[in-house]
Amino acid sequence: MKPFTVHSGLVAPMDRANVDTDLMIPKQFLKSIKRSGFGPNLFDELRYLDEGVPNADNSSRPLNPDFPLNMPRYQGASILLARENFGCGSSREHAAWAMEDFGFRAVIAPSFADIFRSNALKNGILPIALAVDQIDTLFSALHAEEGYTLTIDLEACTILLPNGALWSFEIDAFRRDCLLKGLDDIGITLQRADAIRAFEGQHRERFPWLFEGIVL
Amino acid sequence: MAKTLYDKLWDAHLVEQRDDGTALIYIDRHLLHEVTSPQAFEGLTLANRDLWRLSANLAVPDHNVSTLKSEREAGLDALPDAVSRVQLQTLDDNCEAFDVVEIPLNDVRQGIVHVMGPEQGAVLPGMTVVCGDSHTSTHGAAGALAHGIGTSEVEHVLATQCLIQRKMNNFRVEVTGRLPEGATAKDIALAVIGEIGTAGGTGYALEFTGSAICELSMEGRMTLCNMAIEAGARCGLVAVDEVTLDYFRDKPLAPKGALWESAEAWWRTLHSDEGAVFDRSITLDGAAIAPQVTWGTSPEMVTSVHGRVPTMAEMPDETARLGLSRALEYMGLEEGMAISDIKPDAVFIGSCTNSRIEDLRAAARVLEGRKVAPSIRKALVVPGSGLVKAQAEAEGLDRIFIEAGMEWREPGCSMCLAMNADRLLPGERCASTSNRNFEGRQGSGGRTHLVSPAMAAAAAVAGHFVPLESAGSVVEGG
Repeated sequence: MKPFTVHSGLVAPMDRANVDTDLMIPKQFLKSIKRSGFGPNLFDELRYLDEGVPNADNSSRPLNPDFPLNMPRYQGASILLARENFGCGSSREHAAWAMEDFGFRAVIAPSFADIFRSNALKNGILPIALAVDQIDTLFSALHAEEGYTLTIDLEACTILLPNGALWSFEIDAFRRDCLLKGLDDIGITLQRADAIRAFEGQHRERFPWLFEGIVL
Repeated sequence: MAKTLYDKLWDAHLVEQRDDGTALIYIDRHLLHEVTSPQAFEGLTLANRDLWRLSANLAVPDHNVSTLKSEREAGLDALPDAVSRVQLQTLDDNCEAFDVVEIPLNDVRQGIVHVMGPEQGAVLPGMTVVCGDSHTSTHGAAGALAHGIGTSEVEHVLATQCLIQRKMNNFRVEVTGRLPEGATAKDIALAVIGEIGTAGGTGYALEFTGSAICELSMEGRMTLCNMAIEAGARCGLVAVDEVTLDYFRDKPLAPKGALWESAEAWWRTLHSDEGAVFDRSITLDGAAIAPQVTWGTSPEMVTSVHGRVPTMAEMPDETARLGLSRALEYMGLEEGMAISDIKPDAVFIGSCTNSRIEDLRAAARVLEGRKVAPSIRKALVVPGSGLVKAQAEAEGLDRIFIEAGMEWREPGCSMCLAMNADRLLPGERCASTSNRNFEGRQGSGGRTHLVSPAMAAAAAVAGHFVPLESAGSVVEGG
């Protein structure tokens, strides 16, 4: 995982509540057995005027000019500003892979769905939850000012606004540490292999039927 | 100290609690399918890691399989969609390489992972269950702690048999009284989501309690817990009772003899204690839950079949007005219109929410001796597993569906997420027993109305949404 320490980036708006992971990456792209290459199909149905198909050349498809990510002022955006319950629905990690592949490093919203938040954190994308009035302030400022850029400092847990204001945010300490160091969960958990083995032994004694194996 | 059901399941699987608030939870059962596992197996291979406990894992193809007998009877190699074929072949290859037990495509036990799991007894009360699919919450119906997980977590569970979790909060959803005739578990689920919203359960384990829940069959409880995720909750739960024990007693992978006795003793403790503290509680009057129909593009955009689409004037703020106008535009509906004036072009009976035998029986009761309205262009019945299909055929339900003018398909996820060829065309409107009415979910530009199987069948006959009593049928709950 790419570490996340300090990130300055252009902000793009996604001004709707309950953005679901089907919207982020439609099902036809889930046929891929790879982890990469989903970026061109992020928000496919909103972004293009035709229907996307897997393994197609997306560069010649007609773009929806009204979709913010297609507008010249938001080209190169790496921070997405969104509304309540961002990432709800399907557990497809393809949504986080598509965000990462597109170039997003952070999403700022009033709230996130649990599974998407977890998937994002495992792919170097920082989900930042702020109060609704702060989100409203950011949307207004973003609409008013071209080139609106934020600087996110994960070590300090702060966001620096272009007007000099410094906002703080909260994040789970474990996840913050993993992001700062770019750590892979499996490696961390396997350091506790002895504890897992010890637990497993007791669990087997207590619930032997769970260890019978699957014979169909 | 009095504990909730969730507390008990959590405590029984807690490997270690860390100071930073995270914990390692041991996973008893891991279900796998073709869509969210290939990248996890690839990750293991690249890191040269093996499976922690092979026997915890069971795989089945479901999301991306064809539901046409003509396409699948010759096996994987004959499937027409080359991209899907590679994905399905990859599951077979990974299961072979890692020695994971797989129920293959044309095995009679193949089916939607959340139908197959309990049906085989691969999921049991008291287990921790994970799967790379958000509807893993289904298995909470068995009194199991079941989470949907992402692919990185699939890989993590394969390699470590654990999940890194923070303990969730406890949320009790009590449904008192008795459901009125025609209302089902699906209607409870939709009514709860209508009440608390699609983010109302975020960060919580939802436990469903109360007399209306106790009266549900296991199938009904699975429908209900299945949709906990649509309320934002990663898991739903129902306490173990006689209904649970009767359901699992003869399942192929359930413990037998003395092992069953010890298991039953533990399972009988799987309920929230008297006086257990919930962080949040709501109570719904079961008798007031009428059959539900979603009208918008989020499951919380729902009302009763007797109701109307809301109006802009009823919206509390600008974000809500924007959401309503966007939903109405996408759905091709007018504000304030009666639900019974909405006319589907398609009907889908299936999905991990509503494709079990009871669901098919409820739909067949409405359809028996009737015909699908001429305005319905597409009507699919997709049983949840080969065993559900065989049972339905033994009861003659397939004849009822076929004679009514519906297609009787092979098991799979099908038009719930439309990864295969079963999908809506742009603008097509569907009465669907599935779980998500998101934009494009059932096909690009498709319009989904979530309903129970009986309501889908009634709409198929009438050509518009209609209360069951008007469909001229008495339908029992299910």
